[in-house]
Amino acid sequence: MVQTAENIAMKVPAKPEYVGVVRLTVSGIANRLGYSYDDIEDIKIAVAEACTNVVNHAYTEESDSNDMHVNFAVYEDRLELVVADEGGAVDTELFNRERGPVAKDQPVDELKEGGLGLFLIETLMDEVEIRGEKGVMIVMTKFLQRDEVEPNGRRASEESPEHQ
Amino acid sequence: MNLDIQVEEQEKESIARVTGEVDVYTAAKLKDTLIPLAEKENHRLVIDLSGVEYIDSTGLGIFIGALKAAEKSGSTLKLTGLNERVHRLFEITGLHEVIDIDTGKREEA
Repeated sequence: MVQTAENIAMKVPAKPEYVGVVRLTVSGIANRLGYSYDDIEDIKIAVAEACTNVVNHAYTEESDSNDMHVNFAVYEDRLELVVADEGGAVDTELFNRERGPVAKDQPVDELKEGGLGLFLIETLMDEVEIRGEKGVMIVMTKFLQRDEVEPNGRRASEESPEHQ
Repeated sequence: MNLDIQVEEQEKESIARVTGEVDVYTAAKLKDTLIPLAEKENHRLVIDLSGVEYIDSTGLGIFIGALKAAEKSGSTLKLTGLNERVHRLFEITGLHEVIDIDTGKREEA
């Protein structure tokens, strides 16, 4: 089956106040495609985590650019999201670092405030790929669960009509 | 994209009622409010999250920081009112094992 994607691209400043804008956009797109409420929430968090990484780590004051590039590729059976920066400094450690939940018996003073973002992305999305190009590029895919969608494209459970 | 925090401060206990979205933009405000409360000695800090619709790892990090501060000052921290979605995030990350979460008042989604 040949599939061509419909693409939606955004370029926004890598600033905290724009992460919510990207989140709202992906929410709108996923909602239109018929994702369930829970899936939409998962996608929102994953995209926000990727954007937060860009905001916090990609650029320094000396950087020429200060943008994050977000691309939403809409396929019939999936949504592929790309969040990329041009920060150059690709932290290769990021790719291999062990990620996981907090251990039950971990002493409180050893807990880290950060580092859960990538773990969440990998947990909430179906496929995740982290690449280093002009900066860090995170490609994440969420498949559309067809059986939750009625033939007319409306969600089987209309539990959150306010979700736009 | 707003975050509102109402704090009720008493001698031995403070309640912080958080409403809105906790992300990288709003997290600083939450941190600035919670950390001083968590640093009070022999204090009970209750954080009511029943008005929180969205949270991600930045927000979770704030609660980890508040827990650390509370522990250092001999105080306790408790989260209440988490909706299903928010609670799920604490479960996925394992934080429900280290942070005291009152599930009694949890809303059914």
